[in-house]
Amino acid sequence: MSVTAGSRPDGTRPPAAAEAPGPAVAAAAPAKAPAEESEPRRAVALRKVPFRVRWRRDRALILMTSPVIVLLLLFNYVPLLGNVVAFQEYDPYLSSNGVTAILHSPWVGLEQFSRMLDDPLFWSATKNTIVLFVLQLVLFFPVPIVLALVINSVIRPRVRAVAQAIMYLPHFFSWVLVVTVFQQILGGAGIIAQTLEKHGWSGFDLMTDADLFKYLVTAQAVWKDAGWGIIVFLAALSAVSTDLYEAAAMDGAGRWRRMWHITLPALRPVIALLLVLRVGDALSVGFEQFLLQRYAVGAGASEVLDTYVWNMGIQNGDFSYAAAVGLAKGVIGVCLVLGANKFAHLLGEQGVYKK
Amino acid sequence: MSLDTQLIRSLKAPARPVWEEPPSRAGLAAKGGFLALCCLGVLGPLWIVIVTSLSPKPVIDQVGGLVVIPQGITFVNYTELLSGGQVSRAIMVSVGVTLVGTLFSMTVSVLAAYGLSRPGSLGHRFFLMAIMATMFFGAGLIPTYLLVQSLGLTDTYLSLILPSAVSVFNILVLRAFFMGISPELTESARIDGAGETRILLTIIMPLSRAVLAVISLFYAVGYWSAWFNASIYLSDQQMMPLQNVLIQLVQKNTEAPTGLQQAVRTGQLSALGLQMAVMVLALIPVAVASPFVQRHFKKGMLTGAVKG
Repeated sequence: MSVTAGSRPDGTRPPAAAEAPGPAVAAAAPAKAPAEESEPRRAVALRKVPFRVRWRRDRALILMTSPVIVLLLLFNYVPLLGNVVAFQEYDPYLSSNGVTAILHSPWVGLEQFSRMLDDPLFWSATKNTIVLFVLQLVLFFPVPIVLALVINSVIRPRVRAVAQAIMYLPHFFSWVLVVTVFQQILGGAGIIAQTLEKHGWSGFDLMTDADLFKYLVTAQAVWKDAGWGIIVFLAALSAVSTDLYEAAAMDGAGRWRRMWHITLPALRPVIALLLVLRVGDALSVGFEQFLLQRYAVGAGASEVLDTYVWNMGIQNGDFSYAAAVGLAKGVIGVCLVLGANKFAHLLGEQGVYKK
Repeated sequence: MSLDTQLIRSLKAPARPVWEEPPSRAGLAAKGGFLALCCLGVLGPLWIVIVTSLSPKPVIDQVGGLVVIPQGITFVNYTELLSGGQVSRAIMVSVGVTLVGTLFSMTVSVLAAYGLSRPGSLGHRFFLMAIMATMFFGAGLIPTYLLVQSLGLTDTYLSLILPSAVSVFNILVLRAFFMGISPELTESARIDGAGETRILLTIIMPLSRAVLAVISLFYAVGYWSAWFNASIYLSDQQMMPLQNVLIQLVQKNTEAPTGLQQAVRTGQLSALGLQMAVMVLALIPVAVASPFVQRHFKKGMLTGAVKG
């Protein structure tokens, strides 16, 4: 079969034609799947090749895929069922095994959810999450675009390569490292505080300041991932044909006009896609980053929905309640993805998946 | 005109296109300054951390914190940390988990990516959907935790590897790359009687070195940087990986790794210098590995990320 012709890298919904077994398959099993060249490709549909033949032909592929399927089944799909503890008063000690304890735990219906709605801590975590999401959207999202535009306008390849290499680097550092670096530089015993103290100022400690915390974590996110974020934009920019620039220049467009009328429109689909992804992920503003700084600023400022689930469930052992919060977050998250994608379609962009 | 342009381009590639006006001096300065500032923002903190880790105790004490200008370089912090004890053990754990985990993740991912790289094969659509669906919803922390616990994985290194061994995104990148390989190659091999395993090993994988390197790095960095699974699934301090030791040292204000606390108390070693040395140890592998696969990033990411 023609792998490239029928293939769609996104693989979402391959068109019917792609399912048609082509020459390669025919070569592999010539006797069983005679090539019906006279008919249109669509007609050589799957149904015509008997299941047994297809199994014989493709069992190696299925065998290869199975380890991942088993892993995902075990660690992604089975825990999905585990969300039923959100409707229980789950007690892990009712059985020797945490999973069988689910069978013995009493059902309480939506009680955990109504408890959640009355819980001021939950609302505080929600508020923090939303505030952080908005801040990230406003302060973080545009940074990689600007960086990519600047780098793209640099002609010298050496300079580009070095600048990119340096900017990519922090993406590969763990959050532990990033938070520690910030702490050592901006914290109470950090280098800036020390320098200020020597010159007569005192009381500088950004790391424990609950009011500034949201800006601090946004800055950390920018430091860590802004450089990495430019990859997609640079890729999109490198796909723009130079003919467009040349033609625009012929028509008298200066550097800024070319950026406005060629470069930025070229980025539009990518920007829309990433915005959709970001909005769909609005309730996950980060987890490790906040968990790591809990001790410094306290739960009031650093608690987001993800850390709240961790705190209530794993720290306090209130599994059912934490699962309820997590489930609510997950459901709203899926709705956000679908909604954001719908919106992207309305704007005429492609979004994450196609209609 | 266009011939001229091509000629100029080929003569001194990569030349500035002829239609573009020469850059203004102010523009160049602004651009250069901006990029320099960005790079300084990344490298500055790293410089300070590295210099501090290499400074002897008197220098650190005299400065009263992190050291910016190197004076009297010494490796005493590193030799102490690496001569056994908590940090050495944690490094072994981290290296082991990273190696085994990356190997495992790569094996299952490459197999799955190849298994899914032929549209129209039996179950192709179903398996692809089942895999992609997990990108849209997660099971949540609590059910996963309960599952890992009841599988008896807690306090084993498997709990650091298995629950997060598969990255669907990485599989899709690999798959997109495999699908881009010219089908004639695999077809001719199939005619010569090669099975799927053989095609994968002798044709597909050698052609995909670039993307294999990038995805390996992604997995390796993931394992190397992970600390959360260890923090909830492991209770034995002896088993903790490096990142968790770093958290204990810096976040929770333990002053020195066990085994070196005496040396810090008696004033032979600086706690801050030790902490910074642990940080450098944690970032060295990543900082060394990433430039090697750097040039493949764009290609590797492009095949998968942008298209879907």
